[in-house]
Amino acid sequence: MATRLSDVLSFLPARLKIEGSAKQTIDVARNRLLVGGIMFALAFLVVGFRVVDLTVINEGREPRLANAHRLTTLEMDRADIVDRNDVLLATSLRTGSLYANPRQLLDPEDAARRLARALPGVNEAELLARFRSERTFVWVKRSLTPRQQAAVNRLGIPGLFFQREERRIYPHGQIAGHITGFTDIDNRGIAGAEQYFDERLRRSNEPVQLAIDIRAQHILREELAHQVAEFRAIGGSAMVMDSNNGEILAMVSLPDFDSNTPALASPEARFNRNTLGVYEMGSTFKVFTFAAALEYGTTNFNAVYDASRPIEIGRFTIHDFRGQNRRLTMPEVFMYSSNIGTVRMAMQFGRERQREFLSRLGLTRAAQFELPEIGPPIVPNPWRDINMMTVAFGHGMAVSPLQLIAAVNASVNGGLMVRPTLLRRPEGAEFPRERVMTAQTSEQMRRLLRLVVERGSARSAAAPGYLVGGKTGTAEKNVRGRYRQNARMSLFAGAFPITAPRYSMLIILDEPQATARTQGFATGGWVAAPMVARLVPRLAALWGLPPMDETQPQVRQQLFVNAALSR
Amino acid sequence: MMISLRSETSVLGRWWFTVDRWSLSALFLLIACGAVLALASTPAIAERLGLDPFYFVRRQFALLPVAALSLIAVSMLTPKQVRVLALFGFLAAVAMLALTFFIGVEIKGARRWINLGGFSLQPSEFVKPTFAVLAAWLFARQRRHPGFHGDAIALALFAGVIALVLRQPDVGMALVITVVFMAQYFLAGLRMFWVTLLAAVGIAGGVGAYYVFPHVASRINRFLDPNSGDTYQVNRAQDAFSNGGLFGRGPGEGTVKSVLPDAHSDFVFAVAGEEFGLILCLIIVGLFTFVVLRGFARMLQENDLFVMLAVSGLLTQFGLQALINMGSTLHLMPTKGMTLPFISYGGSSLLAVSLAMGMMLALGRKRFGAGEAA
Repeated sequence: MATRLSDVLSFLPARLKIEGSAKQTIDVARNRLLVGGIMFALAFLVVGFRVVDLTVINEGREPRLANAHRLTTLEMDRADIVDRNDVLLATSLRTGSLYANPRQLLDPEDAARRLARALPGVNEAELLARFRSERTFVWVKRSLTPRQQAAVNRLGIPGLFFQREERRIYPHGQIAGHITGFTDIDNRGIAGAEQYFDERLRRSNEPVQLAIDIRAQHILREELAHQVAEFRAIGGSAMVMDSNNGEILAMVSLPDFDSNTPALASPEARFNRNTLGVYEMGSTFKVFTFAAALEYGTTNFNAVYDASRPIEIGRFTIHDFRGQNRRLTMPEVFMYSSNIGTVRMAMQFGRERQREFLSRLGLTRAAQFELPEIGPPIVPNPWRDINMMTVAFGHGMAVSPLQLIAAVNASVNGGLMVRPTLLRRPEGAEFPRERVMTAQTSEQMRRLLRLVVERGSARSAAAPGYLVGGKTGTAEKNVRGRYRQNARMSLFAGAFPITAPRYSMLIILDEPQATARTQGFATGGWVAAPMVARLVPRLAALWGLPPMDETQPQVRQQLFVNAALSR
Repeated sequence: MMISLRSETSVLGRWWFTVDRWSLSALFLLIACGAVLALASTPAIAERLGLDPFYFVRRQFALLPVAALSLIAVSMLTPKQVRVLALFGFLAAVAMLALTFFIGVEIKGARRWINLGGFSLQPSEFVKPTFAVLAAWLFARQRRHPGFHGDAIALALFAGVIALVLRQPDVGMALVITVVFMAQYFLAGLRMFWVTLLAAVGIAGGVGAYYVFPHVASRINRFLDPNSGDTYQVNRAQDAFSNGGLFGRGPGEGTVKSVLPDAHSDFVFAVAGEEFGLILCLIIVGLFTFVVLRGFARMLQENDLFVMLAVSGLLTQFGLQALINMGSTLHLMPTKGMTLPFISYGGSSLLAVSLAMGMMLALGRKRFGAGEAA
């Protein structure tokens, strides 16, 4: 049609001119085509160079994607936890976890069967169910040992992959389980220091250094376990604390568990009695009643209390355990642990001042400590006279062992309340100390505590040469609102050397049973105190504390108490 | 045989002696590369989609002979027949393009495809080459017959086509059509005033697309500032080339195809780089360069304006598409979804480019006698 049209047009006279213009047009087009050709040539040249650049010049370069990936989700290894002497308590081990892409498995049955045979703890039927799912990612087993990884590789099953992971290892697993705590499978701390310092452990490369001395921890655990076994107690707890700076040097709660296998532990074993448990602390609380009375000036060493008959108040009657049934001097009340005498002493300063004093010692609020497992105390509310009387000898109010040791410590270290800490305090570091009683009151308390070890219920706690001072306690356990005579907590709280305390300690046995050797008694003096006599020399040897002559005149003078009733 | 054929007067014989056998060979080598890369890249994609691994391979291999045959068949046409084919092809493609708005299948947010009995067709692919030929004829006609308002008709058609394509929306396709049309207009002797003005309008249009189409803006942002968004695909593609090196990791040994969703189409060049290395990449680049530049060089000797404009338009489209595809994969420009002619998987693209190159070869054939081509 076009040809025909042009034929028609060819009759036009202007044809030649048009021919000429068409020629011109072609020439312009050719020139411009040349320009286009050159542009294309250059563009293809650039592409060619770029291919050479990317393939050969950039060959073997770090892939940019892996770079970018690492930058965004950089996963540092979880930091270590070490004890005060840099002994590893928790560290991370790199392992491989096995997963599968079921869509790439050629024969799921065969793969499941062979994997179940090669890896312990892998159930064939469960695995097969997972392999038959529509997903493209299923875990087979987490944290394989190198040997297991080699075994899986040897199977040669396509569609199986390893994911590099890290696994938390606790070289001292059972010994410090409650302290380190543990992590979940994704390495998030879910108990103990692992949880409390989770953020720091994940973000930082610096290890977290605890105040714990794992050697002392081992000694304490061994001695407490011995005591728990001997008296067939259902459990026990014990702590040793630096009297001056509050560092917790050892902390044991029995039964305990291995941090490496927390899933195998019972809830009782995972329970940290020292921080999470709150108990009525029995006669150890008398320390605070005496300290308060001395502090408020309502008593002195010459005061006399009538313990000849029980105190009756309302429907309650307050007795003495193996009481002297006579008038007692103030030191005698402490030495014999007279409930009656102590209650009378408390009545002299009254319930308000009692509450105020106990608050000052941190006994009415939950402890502040570097563990997530913190139990709040059970405090009487309202605080009536009857509460005042029972609290005076350690009943009707429950605190955690951690609170108790901190309060006892403040009573013996010169009267300064130091917050207990799980972290090692750097040398020369400042830390808050609060004066809660005069140095004189504290000094008098030290005499009284030594008196109990020399002549009172804690005689079996005497570790010759180390000047142990302390107070025993026996609390009847309150089970569902009723005190049971045969279920008791037996305690010892004290410090050594009592002339200038360096270490405070607390030992608690839960429901110890009397043995023939204890002549039918399972009180603090009989079951907790003997452990002190074995424990203190071992710790002293460990920490280079030489035994001293307890009969030196200046020591005798420092600790002199005239307990005798002067008529 | 060859010599005896020279006197051959059969259609096949005439074709063989008039067609540009160098370009023809280069195109068939490209088709061969495409076949090999379809084998390399598509099984991973099919597997990810839960299909039989050779699903795409079978489809592509069924189409390759069709494409090759239509390439040869079209190249046998006379210039006049090419024009007629282009005219009717254009009308049909535009009709189908309009139909996509009513019966189109939406894939990845765009209505570009229509279903033809189990085979989805992208009509805009066919608009590209047919419109280039049609525009060439319209331009050439006006130059020869000033009374004929070819330029105006071409501009009107262009406006209509662009409107349709942008409504898909398919900015890449619109870009290629625009550049090809402008190149043809430029060759046809558009005055420099208008060239400058249109260049300015083109730049303004590009800037406009940046502000009007959010997905265009996002791609350009990511190109200019890799930290502004997801550059995963381009990074993976670049790593693929680094992985491949000089000789590549070997057929089937690549990893990029298992992570890039478009490894068989938009990013097929990366698969080539990873598995077959620099050598094959340079061969592919070389083949495209050869076809385009050889065609241009031949057109410098062409005396017929229609042939020159049409062939230049078809080659510009062919070369531009190759440059955009490879340029995006190599991170020389913002990623633009564009198939690599003959290499990328995809039926519409393969058939359309076969049609385009068939027409290019047909128009470029030696014509004896000084007769006007069309």
